[in-house]
Amino acid sequence: MPKITYIEANGKEHVIDAPVGQTVMEAAIKHGVPGIDADCGGACACATCHVYVDPAWAEKTGEASSMEQSMLDFANDVEETSRLSCQIKVTDDLDGLVVRLPRSQH
Amino acid sequence: MNAGEINRVIIIGAGQAGGETAQRLRQGGFAGDITLIGEEPIAPYQRPPLSKKYLAGEIDRDRLMLRPPEVYAHENVALLTDTRAVWIDRANKRVRLEGGRELGYDALVLATGARPRTLKLAGADLAGSYVLRSIADIDAIRTDFKPGARLVVVGAGYIGLETAAVARQLGLDVTVIETAVRPLARVTSPDVAGFFLDEHTSKGVRFVLSAQPALIKGVEHVTGVRLADGVEIPADLVIAGIGVNPDTMLAQHCGLAVDNGVVTDRQCLTSDPAIFAIGDCAARPMVYYDDRVCRLESVHNAIEGAKIVAATILGQKPPVEEAPWFWSDQYDLKLQIAGLFQGYDQAVLRGSMEARAFAMFYYKAGRLIAVDAVNRPAEYLGAKLLIQTKRSVAPNVLEDESRPMKEIVAAAKT
Repeated sequence: MPKITYIEANGKEHVIDAPVGQTVMEAAIKHGVPGIDADCGGACACATCHVYVDPAWAEKTGEASSMEQSMLDFANDVEETSRLSCQIKVTDDLDGLVVRLPRSQH
Repeated sequence: MNAGEINRVIIIGAGQAGGETAQRLRQGGFAGDITLIGEEPIAPYQRPPLSKKYLAGEIDRDRLMLRPPEVYAHENVALLTDTRAVWIDRANKRVRLEGGRELGYDALVLATGARPRTLKLAGADLAGSYVLRSIADIDAIRTDFKPGARLVVVGAGYIGLETAAVARQLGLDVTVIETAVRPLARVTSPDVAGFFLDEHTSKGVRFVLSAQPALIKGVEHVTGVRLADGVEIPADLVIAGIGVNPDTMLAQHCGLAVDNGVVTDRQCLTSDPAIFAIGDCAARPMVYYDDRVCRLESVHNAIEGAKIVAATILGQKPPVEEAPWFWSDQYDLKLQIAGLFQGYDQAVLRGSMEARAFAMFYYKAGRLIAVDAVNRPAEYLGAKLLIQTKRSVAPNVLEDESRPMKEIVAAAKT
C-alpha cells in the first residue's frame, strides 16, 4: 500500500498507509490526521481539505481541475502547490507522497 | 451549563451530528464518559452519498463511514448500535433504553435526526416500494435497481432528482411524479427549477407534475402507480422522496419545546439547560438571518451543531458560524448552495443556463441572502464568504461577468 506523509502546520508528521483508489483526504480522515476537516466528505463542495503538495511530488499529483482551482481561490494561505486532497486519488505512483497541512481550513 | 461539572455525556442519535460531537469532544480533551446511542446497526456514516455514489455502486460501505468503526473503542466512546432510547427522565437526568437499562447524564445531546415521510397510500408497503434515508434502504433498493427496470420516483426534491439522475445513468426507465407545479418547488426559484427540469427531461426522465398519486398497484410486488386522475404508470419499483419529519418524539415526551424540530437557542440548548439538540431534529436561530429559527437538513448544520455543543461542554469559545451550505450532484452538474433563499425579492443571474454554468443570486431588501451555483464554485464560495462576513454587493456588479468573483468579493463592503 502506498505510504503518504502528512505534516501538520506544527511540524508533526503522520505516515499513513493509503489504499489505492481512495483519496489522499480519505486516508487522512480514516486515521484521524488533525488539520484536514473535509466537511463535505469529498464532494468538492467545501474546500476544507486543503493541502500543500511537496514540490517534488507536484508533477505526479497532477494539476487541479478548473472546479478545484476555483474552490482553492477562496481558501486561506494558498500556495503554488495547493490542492484539495479529496481530488487526489491514491495510486501506486504516489508511494512516498508528502503533503503539508495549512494552519486552518476555515 | 457549567463546563467543569460535566463528567457524563450521552448523545442520542449516531448520525453525522452525533458522531461528530463525540469526536470533537474527545479531540478537544474531554476526559469524561461519552455514550453514543444509535438505532442503526452500524457506526456513524455519511448520508449525502446514499442518493449519489452509493446508489450508483461507485463506492462501498466502508467509504461511507465517517471514521473507522474501531476508532470509537480506541477513543473510549461507548458506541451502542442497534439501540433505542425510549425515555428521558429530566428530573433525575437519566435516559432509559429499550429493554430497561438506564444511563445517567450530566449533559444530553439529542441528535435523533429525521425520519423519511412515507406514502400514505394503499400498496405503499408492497415489495418494491421504498424510501431513501439509510444504508439499509439503499441496499434494498439496489435489488430492484437494474438497467431497464421501470422506476417511479414520487417527489421532485433533491433526493428524488438525484435518484432519477443515478437511475438514468444506470439505464433505468424513470418517471418522476410531483404534486407541485414544478420540481424543487420548496428549495429553489422557478428559473433554477426550470433548468433542472430541462436537464432531466433531456436525459430521458419523464415528469408528471401537479399530480397526486392515489394508489400503488401490485399483488406481492409493485407493478405500477395510479394517479388521482386515473392515469396509471407501470413500475417495477417506486421510491418516495417526499421529505422527512424531524424525530422529536423523545423531546416531546419529556416536555421540551418543539416546533418543527426541537427548539434551541444559538448555543443549541433546548428549554432544558442540560439538554442540547443538533442536526436534522433541531431548530435554531440563524445568526445571519435575523435570528430566524430554522431547521436545516444538511451536513453543514450537523457539523456546526457538533462544534457548538463540543465547545460549550469544553468551556471553549463557540465557533464562528458559517453561512448555511448544501450541495447536490446530478449527472455532471454540481449544484452548490450557500445561504437561505426563503423570502427573496430579487434574483440575479450570472453566467448562462445554456452553458450549464451559472449562479443565481438571491436578494432580500437589497442584500445578498443566498446563491444557487451550478458548476460555478467561485460564485458559491464567494457568496458564502460575503454572507458570513455580513457583506453584500449590488446586483448589477454580480451580473457583470467581466469582473472575476474573487475580485468582487475582495472589494465588497459591509
